[in-house]
Amino acid sequence: MQLMKTDLTYKLLMVTVLTALVYWSCSKDLNDRSDSYPALTPASIDLDAGTWKPVLLTAADEFAVAAPVATTTPAYIAELNEIKGLQRNLSDNDKKIIKYWSAGAVLRWNEILRELVAKYNLPPYQNPDNTYPAPSAANPFAYPYFPFANPPYAARAYAYVSAAQYDALVATWHYKKLYNRAAPYKVDSLVKALVPRSDLPSYPSEDAAVAGAAIEMLKLLFPGEVAYIQQKADEQERYRIMAGANVRSEIEAGEALGKLVAQKFTARGRADRAGQAIGNPDIWKKFETDTEAKGEVCWFSLESPKRPPMLPLFSKVKGFLCDSMDIINMRPAPPPSTSSQQFKEETEEVLYYSQHATRDRIRIVHFWADGAGTYGPPGHWDAIAADEFVKEHYSEVRWARNYALINMALMDAAITCWDAKYFYFNPRPSQSDPNIKTLTGVPNFPSYTSGHSTFSAAAATVLTHLLPDRGSKFNDMATEASMSRLYGAIHYRSDCTMGLESGRKVGERAVLRAQTDGAE
Amino acid sequence: MKFFTMMCVCIFMVCRLQAQTDMDAIMLNKNVLCVGGMYSHNSWKNYWEGTYKRDNENLGTVSTQMMGVMGNYGITSKLNVLFNLPYVQTKATNGTLKGLKGVQDLGLSVKYKIHTFPVGQKGKLAAFAIGNFSFPLTNYVADFLPMSIGLHSKNLTFRGMLDYQLGKFFTTASGYYTLRSNIKIDRTSYYDTEMHLTNEVDMPNVAGFNARAGYRSRTWIAEAVLDNMNTLGGFDIRKNDMPFPSNKMNATMAGASFKYSFAKALRGLELTAGAKYTVAGRNVGQATIVNGGVFYLMDFSKKHATYEN
Repeated sequence: MQLMKTDLTYKLLMVTVLTALVYWSCSKDLNDRSDSYPALTPASIDLDAGTWKPVLLTAADEFAVAAPVATTTPAYIAELNEIKGLQRNLSDNDKKIIKYWSAGAVLRWNEILRELVAKYNLPPYQNPDNTYPAPSAANPFAYPYFPFANPPYAARAYAYVSAAQYDALVATWHYKKLYNRAAPYKVDSLVKALVPRSDLPSYPSEDAAVAGAAIEMLKLLFPGEVAYIQQKADEQERYRIMAGANVRSEIEAGEALGKLVAQKFTARGRADRAGQAIGNPDIWKKFETDTEAKGEVCWFSLESPKRPPMLPLFSKVKGFLCDSMDIINMRPAPPPSTSSQQFKEETEEVLYYSQHATRDRIRIVHFWADGAGTYGPPGHWDAIAADEFVKEHYSEVRWARNYALINMALMDAAITCWDAKYFYFNPRPSQSDPNIKTLTGVPNFPSYTSGHSTFSAAAATVLTHLLPDRGSKFNDMATEASMSRLYGAIHYRSDCTMGLESGRKVGERAVLRAQTDGAE
Repeated sequence: MKFFTMMCVCIFMVCRLQAQTDMDAIMLNKNVLCVGGMYSHNSWKNYWEGTYKRDNENLGTVSTQMMGVMGNYGITSKLNVLFNLPYVQTKATNGTLKGLKGVQDLGLSVKYKIHTFPVGQKGKLAAFAIGNFSFPLTNYVADFLPMSIGLHSKNLTFRGMLDYQLGKFFTTASGYYTLRSNIKIDRTSYYDTEMHLTNEVDMPNVAGFNARAGYRSRTWIAEAVLDNMNTLGGFDIRKNDMPFPSNKMNATMAGASFKYSFAKALRGLELTAGAKYTVAGRNVGQATIVNGGVFYLMDFSKKHATYEN
């Protein structure tokens, strides 16, 4: 009996030791790029950015900002005391907030916007009668949630937010230079600078102007997220005060200015025809009859139940860089006729890629897919831009200006691409040959031209202009993004090459603007 | 000879091959080797999007076929080592998504019979500890559910098991915990419940239980099986979204399995068959699985006592 007990103890011990030996702990921490961005330390403060050309503002001083009180007044001293009070009791969470926001206001708001796009980028589920419900801006909390942040919607959202923030900062910089108020940590040596010190005047607050513009724009674009946006803005503004970078009245002046500027953009957004882009059954039908009249095979939805085409009238949306005549003039030449030998050969090429997928081509397809539930191709290019801009040590106003250029180009790329898609109403490869199986979802709109190609060439053209020392890097990426759609078997080669070409043309519009906006 | 059927644990569409021997009470004797091949067919039409059960005309019926080789070797009658290696192929009947195929994860197990306790006159109770390590052998695509052939994590599973036998009737119960490594996907960002700007995905750990009971003799095993897995964390698929490797995938499956061991001239040959149905799930397909296998026992010892209950 005694012997048996010892034996059992021994065995249990063995199991425990064995278990401990095999048990290895691996770090579950994710290496998120966003966490590693350093605090913004501008190489130049761009003090004269108040003279840069705004997008919608008639002048940098279109909206008046009252002069700040002197730094010797009791009101200002009370505001310094607020900072000192906060700095005495900084929690770990406060320090985290400071670290997060100090990477830059424009960068962080772009990330927040990308997150919202990913959250809302889901096609609505069908009704029991196999029709599809449309999201309603009037009731964003009822399913399907408003908006469906698909690529054109997202491109427009990025453009409006970026352009509004840029104009808000041009106005902010104008008043900064005019009033030349030093930062709290320069006025009072007892105020600690918990962000890199800067010679940039601190009235009005640039962070608050960016937040104010975001609050106003996102009320329009993501009405179901007003509470979340406000919470982020409050956190950001508290960060500036905790960090000793702004007093409260600088925040208030900045936010008010940002909101006023953004209201010009929301007014424009309400009238830019995006609200009608969804069309109606008569319009959807007309694309078919028009295409058939031309003797071409027309596109149909490959989804089941058949889904109406995505935003067919997005081509009518008012662009920032191109007007409606430009869009028509820039329209690419027709795709190969669906009855032509070239069309047959291009379809066979797609079938080849469908049947001969290599691991590396699948990697390329999935790297660039940016489909449902993601921040979309425009968001992907904003993410690429962010990683580059972080290395450039831009001022906030230059961050905003460069994002505005890229995102206005991306929005106009969407407009010109959607114009081609619905003018030609060309079928997808899997419609032409049902043997073509795809390595990513088939988007629910016509094939010609490729949206990814158009977006990518537009963004790459702007990025190459902004960062010429990167050589062909961005154009190479755009080419890869474009080819990813052929590798994924959802686009013909013509869609990709012509998409790249028209994207480049749109990008050049933004480059023209960049060369004349006073920032270079 | 009693030993070896096979099952596959289905995660959304993704099957991880597991030797049933990881969760049964059968040990090979010293110097006995058992190797064989198995086939399983898993298909589902309905799936749970979070807790909402639906079908999807853009997928139709999704099927996963799995062919695997497995082996078990008795180091001693109390300590067995096992391996399994599956080849997996996926397909959807509707829609355009392309099925994928390839060699999936190599699984290696150590099975240790800790102790046997006599219970009453005829019964006996045995306690086991099993460790399993599985890892992907190829750079297959994880982030293309439901067409992916696997989730590409490295997994370390600990299982504790009790087996009670009374005459030819038995019941076996086990519980397990699986640690899963992070995986890397082909894109540089993804949204679960928030945005992640990385290609790395934190795979939540998994725990569950297995219960089986039935008849066990030298020739036959016939048993009812209940299998359960719970993802400890993870998130629900949003309405009309695609599934993702780190979803909260839970499943409870019920079924039966059989094994026949030949005697005399065909001594050493074993045939297995089984079927299971998903009775409850979350972020998984409501799969029906059928499987079959052929195994052969080789005795490298002098004694020709190949098994022990």
